[in-house]
Amino acid sequence: MTTIYILWLRQMKRYVRSRSRIVASLGQPLLYLFGLGFGFSHVYEKAGQGNYIQFLAPGMIAMTILFTSIFSGIELIFDRQFGFLKEMLVAPVPRVLIMLGRTLGGATVAMIQGLIVAVICLLAGFRPDFGAIPAALLFMLLMAIVFTAMGTAIASVLSDFQGFQMVMNFLVMPIFFLSGALFPLNNVPGPMALIAALDPLSYGVDGLRTALIGTTHFGMGTDFLVLSILSVVFLVVGGKLFSRIQL
Amino acid sequence: MIRAEHLVKTYGETEAVRDISFAVNKGEIFAFLGPNGAGKTTTIKMLTTLLRPTSGKVLIAGLDPATHQNEVRRSFGIVFQDPSLDDELTAWENMDLHGALYGVARRLRHERTEMLLKLFELWERRKDQVKKFSGGMKRRLEIARGLLHTPKIIFLDEPTLGLDPQTRNQLWNQVKTLNEQEQVTVFLTTHYMEEADRVAHRIAIIDHGSIVAQGTSAELKQQTGTETLEQAFLALTGSSIRSESADSADAMRNMARMWRKSR
Repeated sequence: MTTIYILWLRQMKRYVRSRSRIVASLGQPLLYLFGLGFGFSHVYEKAGQGNYIQFLAPGMIAMTILFTSIFSGIELIFDRQFGFLKEMLVAPVPRVLIMLGRTLGGATVAMIQGLIVAVICLLAGFRPDFGAIPAALLFMLLMAIVFTAMGTAIASVLSDFQGFQMVMNFLVMPIFFLSGALFPLNNVPGPMALIAALDPLSYGVDGLRTALIGTTHFGMGTDFLVLSILSVVFLVVGGKLFSRIQL
Repeated sequence: MIRAEHLVKTYGETEAVRDISFAVNKGEIFAFLGPNGAGKTTTIKMLTTLLRPTSGKVLIAGLDPATHQNEVRRSFGIVFQDPSLDDELTAWENMDLHGALYGVARRLRHERTEMLLKLFELWERRKDQVKKFSGGMKRRLEIARGLLHTPKIIFLDEPTLGLDPQTRNQLWNQVKTLNEQEQVTVFLTTHYMEEADRVAHRIAIIDHGSIVAQGTSAELKQQTGTETLEQAFLALTGSSIRSESADSADAMRNMARMWRKSR
């Protein structure tokens, strides 16, 4: 327990101390929210779909969580580069606990970032169903765990920064763009619907959207089930790969 | 306290360590010297549970690292060749995190942190983030941290690399103090022969993965008929340079490991 707590605490301290990173990581969701949100809202409304900001806001919260979580996980590469990884790897505790502590810390950071974006969405005119906040928080947490664990798993097999850009371009961006964060999945072409169905973020976005504005694609039960299973899977895989790191 | 018997480590075709044996007694300061790429770091990794030997046996404080990993890990502290601190955290936080990971009770943790930070002259700076520290301060903090959980052995892998003579001198004095006060066994590597000559009770010289000589500094000088330890070292290991080949071999090994994993 102490192991998990102390590594969680470490992630929190690092987060609070890196103010510039906090601000920088909020830039992208803001750009999307205002650029796309206000840019497309007219077209979206004309197509008979209603208010685009309402639709987009859950997607932006999910996107923030995706980027922050993956980054928290991948931060392990920094630990390797700057050496702290060695300190963790020779400690007389099971590595799985170290991985869990780091992951929960990263997930908490992602939750906080998601909440900040949620507040910004409110200021931009987003009006969710406030009764659904507990369900929304649950989906945010599940997404945060899935993607932080995914980031940790990836970082466990990468040994330097060169792979990082690849991961961003060929994994994180597709996960984001094909998830239904920006557009409804209801009438997309078959192959794309298939890809979206394989994309973990789709279920997070959908769950969040179902909770907050009441429109759904997969159904909240499915969303919850899929994300829960994926959380466990990625924690196990991440834990395994982390335990196997050699110096 | 440390015992290695017929230790071998091979990576594919390359033999990094070939059949080495040595023993370090309790409370001893033991210097493990050798040119770059001789197998020093590989040996330290095998002694500290980070690498499984291909064959041979290791005993740390009487226990086999392969079967008693956590007990063995608790019994030693290590200062790696490269820094391993969290730069964003303060000196105090780095110490505290270490203590918590090693299961040191909070009270004792705080007491020892205070004692060690004072000994290594870092107490005044305990609330500063490590990224503001100089190289020498970071090294001292790492040694202090390695000693926090009252280990029986401390491994110091080139702890004075890149430090000025004043800092090196002071650092070894502090290490000697702790060696005497706490009876901690010290296993060190260094490229500065005069340091080894001054602090080590016994010395082993490794080259091309094999131990070519071991004994006290006086014995080594006598054996080679030389005046200084540096001359003895050169007489035993030759004077050709080999740092580059070792580094690129390391790089290849890492790359091979990465490929194997990603497939």
